Amino acid sequence: MSKAHNSQRKHTALLLMLAVGMFGFAFALVPLYAVFCELTGLNGKTSGQVAYTGPQTPVDDRVVTIQFLAQVGTGMPWEFRPMEHQLLVRPGTLYTTQFYVRNRASQPVTGQAIPSVSPGLAALHLHKTECFCFTQQQLAGGEEMEMPVTFFIDTDLPEDINVLSLSYTLYRVNPVQTAQVVSN
Amino acid sequence: MTSLADRLRTGLQVVLLCVFSSDSFAIEYDMRAGVTDLSQRVQGIHHMGFYVCVVVGIIVFGAMFYTMFAHRRSRHPQPAQFHESLTVEMIWTVIPILILIVMAIPATLALMEIEDNSNSDMTVLITASQWKWHYQYVEADIGYYSNIATPQDQIYNLEPKGVNYLLEVDRPLVLPTNKKIRFLTTSKDVIHSWWVPDFAVKQDAIPGFINEAWTRVDEPGVFRGQCTELCGKDHAFMPVVVEVIPEEEFDAWIADQRLAMALASETAVADRNKEWAMSELLPIGQNTFISHCATCHQTDGMGQGVKYPALAGSDITTGNIEDHLNRVMNGKEKTEMQAWAPQLTDLEIAAVITYERNSWGNDTGDVVQPMTVYSAR
Amino acid sequence: MSTHAPAESKYRNPILGFAARWLLTTNHKEIGTLYLWLSFVLFFIAGALAMLIRLELFQPGIQLVQPEFYNQLLTMHGLIMVFGAVMPAFVGLANWQIPMMIGAPDMALPRLNNFSFWILPFAFTLMLSSLFMEGGAPNFGWTFYAPLSTTYGPPSTDFFIFAIHMMGISSVLGSINIIVTILNLRAPGMTLMKMPLFVWTWLITAFLLIMVMPVLAGVVTMMLTDRHFGTSFFEAAGGGDPVLFQHIFWFFGHPEVYILILPGFGIASQIIPTFSRKKLFGYHSMVYATISIAILSFVVWGHHMFTTGMPLATELFFMYATMLIAVPTGVKVFNWVATMWSGSITFETPMLFAIGFVIMFTIGGFSGLMLALVPADFQYHDTYFVVAHFHYVLYPGAIFGTMAAVYYWLPKWTGHMYNERLGKFHFWVAMIGVNLTFFPMHFSGLAGMPRRVVDYSLQFADFNMLSSIGAMLLGTTQVLFLYIVIKTIRGGEKASDQVWEGAEGLEWTVPSPAPLHTFETPPDLEHVLNLAHDLNAEGPGSNE
Repeated sequence: MSKAHNSQRKHTALLLMLAVGMFGFAFALVPLYAVFCELTGLNGKTSGQVAYTGPQTPVDDRVVTIQFLAQVGTGMPWEFRPMEHQLLVRPGTLYTTQFYVRNRASQPVTGQAIPSVSPGLAALHLHKTECFCFTQQQLAGGEEMEMPVTFFIDTDLPEDINVLSLSYTLYRVNPVQTAQVVSN
Repeated sequence: MTSLADRLRTGLQVVLLCVFSSDSFAIEYDMRAGVTDLSQRVQGIHHMGFYVCVVVGIIVFGAMFYTMFAHRRSRHPQPAQFHESLTVEMIWTVIPILILIVMAIPATLALMEIEDNSNSDMTVLITASQWKWHYQYVEADIGYYSNIATPQDQIYNLEPKGVNYLLEVDRPLVLPTNKKIRFLTTSKDVIHSWWVPDFAVKQDAIPGFINEAWTRVDEPGVFRGQCTELCGKDHAFMPVVVEVIPEEEFDAWIADQRLAMALASETAVADRNKEWAMSELLPIGQNTFISHCATCHQTDGMGQGVKYPALAGSDITTGNIEDHLNRVMNGKEKTEMQAWAPQLTDLEIAAVITYERNSWGNDTGDVVQPMTVYSAR
Repeated sequence: MSTHAPAESKYRNPILGFAARWLLTTNHKEIGTLYLWLSFVLFFIAGALAMLIRLELFQPGIQLVQPEFYNQLLTMHGLIMVFGAVMPAFVGLANWQIPMMIGAPDMALPRLNNFSFWILPFAFTLMLSSLFMEGGAPNFGWTFYAPLSTTYGPPSTDFFIFAIHMMGISSVLGSINIIVTILNLRAPGMTLMKMPLFVWTWLITAFLLIMVMPVLAGVVTMMLTDRHFGTSFFEAAGGGDPVLFQHIFWFFGHPEVYILILPGFGIASQIIPTFSRKKLFGYHSMVYATISIAILSFVVWGHHMFTTGMPLATELFFMYATMLIAVPTGVKVFNWVATMWSGSITFETPMLFAIGFVIMFTIGGFSGLMLALVPADFQYHDTYFVVAHFHYVLYPGAIFGTMAAVYYWLPKWTGHMYNERLGKFHFWVAMIGVNLTFFPMHFSGLAGMPRRVVDYSLQFADFNMLSSIGAMLLGTTQVLFLYIVIKTIRGGEKASDQVWEGAEGLEWTVPSPAPLHTFETPPDLEHVLNLAHDLNAEGPGSNE
């Protein structure tokens, strides 16, 4: 009898541990997903700041079109647009482009830009050495600004990608949220 | 032009319906073939899947009905004793695997083509928000909103429903024929999904992220679809209409849009330099309110519950004008109240604010001038 | 063996006594009854919501409910059906049957059993109360995609989150109990490979539940912190990703749909042999097929998300994995047909429901295979074709399965035979109703009607009217089911202990109605089952 009871207790404990483990696993999926995205370019997440190590030898005379898109989140009183809509670039070379931003409100507002690249695979080959999206931006009431992005596309960009789009969505950062914002 | 093509198409369908009843069956009961190479291939894959299922179904259900008939107790009182056979199990494991492999090949090939977004001729950025689409021609740098055009009275059964009930918009997306068009989708609020069945293109619009899809249409025409991801209250009222025009007319169309934009900005300049009387603004404001605001705040300004607050006697509509202006122009974060500054003209915003401040018992007497709106932009 | 009468109450007051008996019971049969009645009540509530939905969709235009309330209706219909009607019904059946089928005196953890049941009424009261709150009930579909459910969710979303937590705890504890019971309390001689298939499918289901309900709890916890504690798991603005929500949700969601179907497989595998008077064909392959379905269910979640912008390789992986599920599922269907083959078949109500289950589930499986083909899925996704698909799988699998089980075991539980004529009538009307409701949905979906819409364009009008008529029929006929069940509980022809002449298994060796306590000393398996075999070998009896 007591042997049977021991076995029951053991099974119960193991199964409870499994349940708790799976609860933890749900949270582990968050970083796992981030890693998975970074590896596959899923969702076009770009990685953080990288150092530029000088020009790579461009492959042939390959020219790629990169388009710049700007979006503003709801409740964000900013005007936000790319200064140039597209650029013809050579993989391996460093380029800089500007985004125009203006705070329409009369009081200071802080914003955070979230980048996304399409096709997702291209995100793995687009490297930014400098970007306004690395930090939050604060504009005083009515202030306007040009914000630079400096980037290069590496020469390993797959052959069949000849147009890629880099999109930024500007969200308002609320004082409460500030601490949690992950800078990309 | 296109309405003629549309009418011809409908006429043709009616004739087909009358002449070939089997065709009418296909039109109504089948996935549509669509108007692109890929949509026709997709229909082919649908047919393949369907016919495989029909054949397997006939075999399985045939065997079942046969045994139900032949082995019912009154005909077959003594049951057999067999209850396993490795051979049989192997057979019905291996054969389905072979069938599945055969099915997977065309599906894989078609998918590889669907996902090949390279070498596009033009890009359209599709931005969804509750509950409308915004189309931006990236290269040409023009863009506009596309709202449902079906009147509320048709939806609420107060007047007869039109032919394109719920599938009509004020400004369709216009595309040229014979061009590979790359669609980028994104959203301002929740997830939406842009679907045109005739192109076999369905792509989710995800806030903060961009997705892509593409199409190439050979024939001009008008093609209709809808939002297919639950996106809140008016999910059912978010149609997609695409008008495909001959490629040689497309440049002219783009030029027309530029001209229209120039004219509009001239009008805007004239509008904001004029001093408007309340009696002039109120009717404009009422129209604007009904077509953009009434779906949430209701025509009587009473709103619906906590999510869609009443405007009659509210703090915003009877308080400080600047706050009111800010709310209308920039929207409210994390709610369905969106930023109207990019969607409406100075005059419309001025008029709607004037209307809201002087209706449903709000009697602030305030008149907001388009110039005020312009300087807040 | 004790008597059938409930244990002597120490309460004088009959109402207190009644309440104490049911509140404090640790008996698996009584708890099973509680589960079944709770599920029955919630089935009618969720069904009534579905009736409202179908009434609104009877014609184009908005007639009955406003769009905002419509979204609440479809959300609550889905949530209550999945978590309130189907899952408790299966747990109720498990409570009644598993101890009797494996020769155990009770569940292994009786007090835990009581606790896991009594969480549920509170969870569902909490969930349903949101319908009456300011701002309305959850309105984002049972899949509650972020950010519609997080940033844009109504205030009642928090109640929904806590209700999900509570039912998750209930499911996990209930599943632990079932697994521990099956692993420890089987009668001597009942090896795992001798267990009835219903027990097998439940063992696997319980493992699935323990593995995925905590993931659901995790995802709603993340929603809660996103809503109130400033995290940004699913919020692009804070560096999160709404698509991550869908990945985690469907990691739970796909095994969940097998949770809703596997016990139904088990029920069909009990009933079809009984009324074919022939042993289940391919017992071993049935067990292995169920296990493979369960394992595969963990690697196919992406097929719900083909339009979210997945890379080609990921799409191909999920397509192939999903197609692969057709193989073990096919094996099960073929085995059921082979079980019937050359049997001596009669068509009592449980058999009718079981056959209806196999046929319609197969149709649902076919459309599932079509949905797996990614290029075609772009056209099917989020249309009524999908609605038709999952109702064809779940209505037969979960609802017909449960009804078949109730008709099959009700004589054992109550000691009375149900009215066969009414039962058959119920089946035929339900069968017509299901097909009339859900078959036209394939066509409206193919014609291009998106799901979860309060209103639709004119071309879909005919199909929707048919669906609505079918739904009214289907809804009404379940009232007949309630009547049949109550009538059987209150009286009727006396059922024999064996009940069904072709039935095998330990539950048929105890008296009808089954006394409150059975198998307090483990049965002698060899003896009992040989006896049943001998009875069977004598050929068709006349004790029906």
